[in-house]
Amino acid sequence: MKHLLSTKDLSREAAIAILDTAEAMADTQEREVKKLPTLRGKTVVNLFYEDSTRTRISFEVAAKRLSADVINFSAKGSSVSKGESLEDTAKTLAAMGADGVVIRHSSSGAAERLATSGWIDAAVVNAGDGTHEHPTQALLDAFTMRKRLHGDASRGKGLDGVRVLIVGDILHSRVARSNLWLLTTLGAEVAFVGPATLIPSYIQDWPVTVYYDFDEALATHPDVVMMLRIQAERMHAAYFPNTREYGRGWGLGLDRFRRLSERTLIMHPGPMNRGLEICSEAADSPQSTVTEQVANGVAIRMAVLYLTVAGVAADQTSEVTA
Amino acid sequence: MSADAILIRGVRTFDGGVTDLLLRDGVIAERGTGLAADDAAVIEADSLIALPGFVDLHTHLREPGGEGAETVLTGSRAAAAGGYTAVHAMANTNPVADTAGVVEQVLAAGEAAGYVTVQPIGAITKGQAGEALADIGSMATSRAKVRIFSDDGICVSDSLVMRRAMEYVKTFDGVIAQHAQDPRLTLGAQLNEGPVSAELGLAGWPAVAEESIIARDIMLAELTGARYHACHVSTAGSVELIRQAKAKGLPVTAEVTPHHLILTDELARGYNPFFKVNPPLRSAKDVEAVRAALADGTIDIVATDHAPHKAEMKCCEWDQAAMGMVGLESALAVVQTAMVETGLLDWAGVARVMSQAPARISGLVGHGGSLQLGEAANLTLVDPAAEREFTTDELQGKGRNSPYLGRTVRGAVVTTIHHGIVTLRDGILTDPDTVAAQARQRRAQEAR
Repeated sequence: MKHLLSTKDLSREAAIAILDTAEAMADTQEREVKKLPTLRGKTVVNLFYEDSTRTRISFEVAAKRLSADVINFSAKGSSVSKGESLEDTAKTLAAMGADGVVIRHSSSGAAERLATSGWIDAAVVNAGDGTHEHPTQALLDAFTMRKRLHGDASRGKGLDGVRVLIVGDILHSRVARSNLWLLTTLGAEVAFVGPATLIPSYIQDWPVTVYYDFDEALATHPDVVMMLRIQAERMHAAYFPNTREYGRGWGLGLDRFRRLSERTLIMHPGPMNRGLEICSEAADSPQSTVTEQVANGVAIRMAVLYLTVAGVAADQTSEVTA
Repeated sequence: MSADAILIRGVRTFDGGVTDLLLRDGVIAERGTGLAADDAAVIEADSLIALPGFVDLHTHLREPGGEGAETVLTGSRAAAAGGYTAVHAMANTNPVADTAGVVEQVLAAGEAAGYVTVQPIGAITKGQAGEALADIGSMATSRAKVRIFSDDGICVSDSLVMRRAMEYVKTFDGVIAQHAQDPRLTLGAQLNEGPVSAELGLAGWPAVAEESIIARDIMLAELTGARYHACHVSTAGSVELIRQAKAKGLPVTAEVTPHHLILTDELARGYNPFFKVNPPLRSAKDVEAVRAALADGTIDIVATDHAPHKAEMKCCEWDQAAMGMVGLESALAVVQTAMVETGLLDWAGVARVMSQAPARISGLVGHGGSLQLGEAANLTLVDPAAEREFTTDELQGKGRNSPYLGRTVRGAVVTTIHHGIVTLRDGILTDPDTVAAQARQRRAQEAR
C-alpha cells in the first residue's frame, strides 16, 4: 500500500488486512517492551495544518513504537497569501528525506494533492482533510466495533449485518464520510440522522438510510450509535437555532440513553461536548467505547504506517510482529 | 505593410461555397473564383474553412493591475492564436475599469498591440462594490465607446442597484452583462452542488444561486426594457428561464463558455484546481442542456471567460486556488468537438455563435460579417481535420491553466487576419513588432 488517502477506494480485503495488522500491533502493545524495530531508520513527518493534538499524538506514538524518527511540522495557515505553499513545503520535506508524511489539513483533497502532484515521493497518510475524509478514524472505529463484537476471534472478519447509526453534523464531517464507505465495504448497514441542514444534499446514491428524527432512527434498534461532535459555531451560520434545541433533537441525552439496549455500542470520535451531543452517563457507560477508540487508534496508525511507509502489500502482513 | 494584398485561394466558406478572397487595404476587395493579383501574398486554403474573425464577449486581459497573469498584449496574442479578431476586456482589473481613464488606457493598449480589436467593458458599479454606479456615461462617451457594462466576477446582487443600472444604460442602448451568483447561497462555494461536491467534501455552488438571479434580472429587464445579457450560463434551469424570456420577446441574450459545453464536475475528482472555475463545472445533464440551447439559439453566443492565472494560484489546495481557466486558444477546437462533431451546429452556426451574434450584441462595427465584398478583412481560417493532443505549446498568453491539456481535440485555427493584418499564419503568430507597426500604419491611413 503506497498511500492511505481515503476509505472509498479500499477493497474489503485491503480493509480487513489493515484491521488484522492492527490486531497484531495491538498484541505487541501488551508486551513489556512496546517498541518494534519495523521502521528503524525511516523518517515520518507529521504535517499538521490544523490543530489536532489528539490525532497528532496518536500518530506520533504509533510512529515511535515502530522506531521511526518523527518530526512534527506544524504549519498552521497555509496558502499563497499566508506563507509557504503546500508544494514548497512538500519539496522541502522531500529534500529532507521524509519516508512518510502524515497530513492533516483544513482543505478537502490536500492529502490527495500531496500524494499525486509529484512534489514528493513519500508515503502519504491522510489524517483528515477538510470535510472530505479521515480514514484512520474510520479504521479505528471499525476495529473497535469488530473487537467488541468478536473479541479475540476478530481476525479475518468484516462487520456483516452490523447496523450503525451516525448522528449529527454529517455535512461537515469527514468522519461520517470515511465511516460510511469503510463500514459499507465491510458489510455493515449505515444510517445517518441529523437536522436536514446538516445532511448533505445529493446523497441519494450513497449506500445510506437518512433520518431526520433521532427517536425514529433509534426505534430501529441500531447495534452502534456513533455521535459526532457538533461545532457551536454552526448555529451562527443558521444550521440550527441554538444548542439547546440541537441537544433536544439530536443529542444522546439521558432519556434516549436509557431507552437504548445495553448491547448497543456508543461511540464518539472525540473531543466530546458533554451535555450537548452526549450526556456524561452515556459517555461513561460500559457500552461506551470512547477510551477504547483512543487506544485502538494507536494500533490502527501503527498498522497504517507500517503498511505505507514500509511499503508492504496489504495482504502480506503476516509476520509484521514476529 | 497593411496595404499588402492577400489572396486566399480555394477556401471553403462557412456557408458552404468555395471561393477565392482578395484582401486589400483592410477590406475584402474581391470575391470569386480564379482571382489573381501579382502583388498579393497567396494563401492556399483548399483544406480550410473561412469564418468571420471570432469575437469574444468575455475576456480577462488582467491589465491594469494583474500583469503577472496577463497583459493586453499577451492576451491579444492568445486571442489571435485562437482565431479571434476582437475581444471584450472585462472590467475587473486593478484599478477597476469604472472610469473613462481606465477604459481608454485599455483601448489604447489594444490598439498598440494590434493583434485584435480590444473593446473595453465598463464596470456597473464603482470599484465593483455593488453600491454606487460607475462612471457609466463617461465611459460610454469616451474614446472607448463602452456599450457593455459588467461587474463580472461579482454579482450585482442588490436589486435596486441592478434596476437603476439597467434603466441608466437604456439612455445609450447599453447592455448590462450580469455575473449571476447569489452571494449568500454561494458562501465559500467551491464546486457545483451535487453528488461530486458531497462526496469530495467541497462546499456546494447550487444551481439555484445562478437561476434565482437570472429570474430576477429577467423580470427587471421586462420592467425597465433594458438589454440584459447573462454571462456564462451554466445550468439547465437558467436555460429554461432564458428560453421563457425570449418567448416573451424580452431583450435578453446569453452566453455559454466552451468549458461548460464539454467538461463536468466529475473532473474535480483528484482536486486538480485547473478544473476550478466560476460558475463551476456542472453535471452532464447541464452540459446537454447548454449544448441544446446554443444549437437552438436560446443561448446566443460562445464567450470564453478566458481567465489566466499565475502558476502559484493553481498549484495548491483546491479551496485556496483561484477560479478560472484560459480559453481563447482552445475555444474553436472545443466548439468544434462539442457542437460540430456532434451535429448540433454547422459551420454557419459556428460563425453565428462565435462571431456574428457577439458582434451584434456589442454593436461592434467591422466584425461579425459574412465574408462579403467590401466588409472589413477580419477573418479566420480553420482546419477542421486537425486532430491532436492539446498541449501547452498551443497556449500563447501567459496563463497555463488550461483544462484541456492532454485531451484530444479536433479543429485548429490556422490563420487569423485582423483588419487585413495577418496575425497568425499556419499556426504561428506574427511577431509583435511587425503587427504593431502594421496596426500603426493602418490607424494612420484611417486618420487621413
